[in-house]
Amino acid sequence: MSATIFEKGMNGRSGSYLPPNDCPVGDLDLAAPRRGEIGLPRIGEQDLIRHYVELAGKNYHIDKGMYPLGSCTMKYNPVINEELARLPGFAGLHPAQDEADVQGALELMHRLERDLCEITGMSAFSLQPVAGAHGELTGMMIARDWFRRRAEKRTTVLVPDSAHGTNPASVAICGFTPKTIPSNDRGLIDPGALAAACGDDTAVLMLTLPNTLGLFERGIERIVEIVHGAGALVYMDGANMNALLGIVRPGAIGIDIMHVNLHKTFATPHGGGGPGSGPVGVREHLAGLLPVPRVVESGGRYSLSDDRPETIGPVHSWYGNFNVLVKAYAYIRSLGGEGLREAAENAIINANYLMKLVSERYEIAYPGPCMHEFVASGSGLKRFGVRTTDVAKRLLDYGLHAPTVYFPLIVEEALMIEPVETEKKETLDHFAGALSAIAREAQEDPDLLHKAPVTTPVRRLDEASAARSPQLCWPGGCREP
Amino acid sequence: MVPEDCLFTKEHEWVYREGDVAVIGISEYASTELGDIVYIELPEAGAAVQQMDPIGTIEAVKTVAELFSPVSGEVIEINQAIVDHPEIVNRDPHDEGWFIKVRMSDSSELDVLFSHDEYQEYLGEQEDD
Repeated sequence: MSATIFEKGMNGRSGSYLPPNDCPVGDLDLAAPRRGEIGLPRIGEQDLIRHYVELAGKNYHIDKGMYPLGSCTMKYNPVINEELARLPGFAGLHPAQDEADVQGALELMHRLERDLCEITGMSAFSLQPVAGAHGELTGMMIARDWFRRRAEKRTTVLVPDSAHGTNPASVAICGFTPKTIPSNDRGLIDPGALAAACGDDTAVLMLTLPNTLGLFERGIERIVEIVHGAGALVYMDGANMNALLGIVRPGAIGIDIMHVNLHKTFATPHGGGGPGSGPVGVREHLAGLLPVPRVVESGGRYSLSDDRPETIGPVHSWYGNFNVLVKAYAYIRSLGGEGLREAAENAIINANYLMKLVSERYEIAYPGPCMHEFVASGSGLKRFGVRTTDVAKRLLDYGLHAPTVYFPLIVEEALMIEPVETEKKETLDHFAGALSAIAREAQEDPDLLHKAPVTTPVRRLDEASAARSPQLCWPGGCREP
Repeated sequence: MVPEDCLFTKEHEWVYREGDVAVIGISEYASTELGDIVYIELPEAGAAVQQMDPIGTIEAVKTVAELFSPVSGEVIEINQAIVDHPEIVNRDPHDEGWFIKVRMSDSSELDVLFSHDEYQEYLGEQEDD
């Protein structure tokens, strides 16, 4: 491990020198005076840059290699999106600026909302939620208020066991009770089991589509019919919408509320590379409940309006992560309708190609064509004393990022793989080749896998101790409260 | 509470009978499969439980599992030691690592559980799958 920037510092060194203060010092409110030094690292500019360049070199990121994290959709983030988001007219904005000065920004938001409506078939979108799970919570709040206004007491939200793990958490935080719907042997919702679970108390079916097994619910129309028949709403976790662009419009199949992840489907950076954005879309009957402010257009002028008596209220300060919206809009406009559909098709083709290669050495949890991702299992290696964790760690020695592991929970020793559309055939071949080589190693020399990784800056971490007694502060950086 | 004297569920809980009280834990197979357990949530003493209802949560480094009650009745004691130190369950699942004690409302429910031999056979089938 390299030294931290604090350990590299030394008293008397600095990267910047402030001029003497030539302003009068006003009366400060000293109700909460600072108790000591603030503890900034004392380091010269050159060493500062070297420190971060060194760390960046150790980092693994999408610009360095493939990132096959199932359900996280780490696709290439085109540079033009970054350039456009950095235009001074966007990057220099302050959210409190007068509406007359930010017409372009408001127009962009208005157009992005319309594009998302066109892509998903929903009637209205709010761009305010700043993460996928934040979108889920917003959607649940909309459902809660919808039933409250209709004086219907419904407290249960049905969540298939193939849904994203955040779904039941969002449900519970909103005050509903999540109830698991088990998948059938094909990894799909069983309409009979769903009908049996649906009742007067059911508020929402919250389904991930395609689900975390990478499967599209073949009976989706029947599923929606059952839920609506019980007087409940259908929420779609649209985090996997990258498989449906230009192919399926959720609004047209009766989905009432959904979120999309701009930081996944629409190629804006995430996973430490940038903040998220999880816009929520609804059909007409729920449009009045969306968070405020709403962007409205009248005679070519754009403004922000709080005048929505049924709104659930704001779910974030200002209007969410604006900068991310610029990148997503740039992505949608550069690809166009045809291009978005092609992206979805290529994501599906890549996943199916890779699944075929991986299936030579690993069991596929639910065989048959998949959508944008698939789930393999490392359970076949258990007889050599090797677990999926060992396979994932060994991949790091091959210079590759590991896929999502041990999720979804319904697949034993799961390896959840999403290659995305932006990887070329040779990259997929290389990844599959590494997985095959590791399966061979597991048989011939399992200790190689138990010791992995050996080429990374840090070796295998003690995850159990990290979870049981986490140390959340760097000892030198924490001061007494 | 040696395994040979316990009854087992399909969900890998064990039950050891002390009169009308059932001592409940998870099998060695379960604790090995889960790997390092880092967090355990148990029902409160006094809670009423139904046979095979989920009554607690076991969180390991890479996965989360539910604890099912093998019998119906009232929780009369929980093992606070495993809540404070979940690693006990990995070290000693059949003794120090017990989870809860339930006063059974219907001890005939024990009849549907596996004997030790039946459970071993069941594990064999699981491995073959």
